[in-house]
Amino acid sequence: MRNLRTLSVSILAIFSAFAFLAGCGGSGSTQPPNTIVSTGNNVAPISVDGGPPGDYADAAFISVTVCVPGTSTCQAVDNILVDTGSSGLRILSSALTVALPQQNATDGNPVFECFPFESGYTWGPVQTADVEIAGEKAGSTPIEAVGTSTAVPEGCLDFDLPPSNNLDELGANGILGVGLFAQDCGSGCPTTIYYECPPSGCVGISQSLALQVPNPVSLFTTDNNGVIVELPAVSGGEAPTLSGSLVFGIGTQSNNALGSATVYGADPEFGSFTTSFNGTAYPESFIDSGSNGYYFLSSSVSGIPGCSDAPGFYCPSSTANLSATNEGTNGAGGKVNFSIANADTLFNSNDNAFADLGGEGSDSPPYFFDWGLPFFFGRNVFVAIQGQNAPGGTAPYWAY
Amino acid sequence: MFKRQAGSVRSRVLVAGVALLSLVIALPAGASLGGDTASIEADQVHMQGTRKMTAVQNYTVHEIQGAAGTVVREYVSSSGKVFAVAWRGPWPPDLHQLLGSYSAQYVDAVKAQSGTRMGRRPLIVEQPGLVVHSGGHPRAFAGVAYVPENLPQGVRAEDIQ
Repeated sequence: MRNLRTLSVSILAIFSAFAFLAGCGGSGSTQPPNTIVSTGNNVAPISVDGGPPGDYADAAFISVTVCVPGTSTCQAVDNILVDTGSSGLRILSSALTVALPQQNATDGNPVFECFPFESGYTWGPVQTADVEIAGEKAGSTPIEAVGTSTAVPEGCLDFDLPPSNNLDELGANGILGVGLFAQDCGSGCPTTIYYECPPSGCVGISQSLALQVPNPVSLFTTDNNGVIVELPAVSGGEAPTLSGSLVFGIGTQSNNALGSATVYGADPEFGSFTTSFNGTAYPESFIDSGSNGYYFLSSSVSGIPGCSDAPGFYCPSSTANLSATNEGTNGAGGKVNFSIANADTLFNSNDNAFADLGGEGSDSPPYFFDWGLPFFFGRNVFVAIQGQNAPGGTAPYWAY
Repeated sequence: MFKRQAGSVRSRVLVAGVALLSLVIALPAGASLGGDTASIEADQVHMQGTRKMTAVQNYTVHEIQGAAGTVVREYVSSSGKVFAVAWRGPWPPDLHQLLGSYSAQYVDAVKAQSGTRMGRRPLIVEQPGLVVHSGGHPRAFAGVAYVPENLPQGVRAEDIQ
């Protein structure tokens, strides 16, 4: 009964929202433009430019340098996806020209990793590198070298996720996970993530925190408590290219102050907060630069039609102007205006940055809002890493 | 917050005033979605989990709390067939086993949706014989899978959670 009532209330509220917002100027019109820092030893350029395939919608890319630990044998790898939804650096082995040392278990067997994401998994050996971005350095850092001839173990295949193990599948040379956590898997890591791989075959292991692939930012000497993703607003709703910055550290230098940003505490176990939309709370919501749109509810619940060409995306006949409220675990709350345009129309253009791209999340509980990259356009988003001291609240948190 | 949701299901059941059973049974492996209760027992053994059975209206929910922290709920009709599964937790479950004979259909459908424009996002499959919604991020995954034709009378998609 509760769900049925929620559904009818949602549909009613959506129609009211359309009617109310029809006369407004669209999302973000009342916000002052965000300031994007471009200089500093803690600042790396990022761009939303279609990436390696040339038409990857709403993905931000960065260049990362990896070195054989303790040496000057280094390589810059560009087109690495900036992902605040995960932690850890993963680079396609096909994009690596430096020979990085393999991480081995105490019994001498090489360690491999199967890392599940929302829409695919990466599989490959864990290797060690000095990781350099802008003027920052994380020494002897475990990373995942994605793509290997070693067979994918059953425990990994059993996720039934698509592989993201080569350039075609990943659409990027790698993933830079600069999310809420210091390690990729955490304590109590199940045996389906890390494996020891003797010649006889891979066996799942429960990897200790110290040996897991870490968020490289947490290993920087300074500026190690989080990042700021800074991207400009998209004039006219879409653009071929957007340029911005990934800034390291929060409140550690003159160029990364929290300022007037509101801190939204994130659940320390699941990395989520609550989004309320049309009177219903969705407590498993999250902000994720690695998702390439606003993903929420389903057509039947949101009332926004799906697409005929792009399955899973929303295709309203005219742009839907919506609003939701985010609430952190610290009780802070704030309204977010956002718009959903017709994805079939957007995808027919030559642009790569779309401010109003969205699609379905889930039409059954647990409902969630996945605030993907369009959320970052015109809004500096702070991501504070669990266990680190950060201004304005207890990490993990997002602030914007 | 996964725990909070689990609590709301429990309270609903108490209000309904129906039986609550706990079982620990080991049986051979088998499929789940579309399978019978023996397949759920196989899932429980596979997940090294504890299981709780709850009767709701005209179906039964088998909740398995896995050793890896992920909770799986399997929905069984009065005729003894699994018509839906749902999962939530820090990491994805063994979806291959949970989907059973529907696994190949799901994997093929997801593969057919790939494209550079499509990017990284929740996986949604809505076909006449199979609906799967899967999403989340590392440390918090959730999803549902069901066979629309097999939903018992009066059961809605939003009842599966």
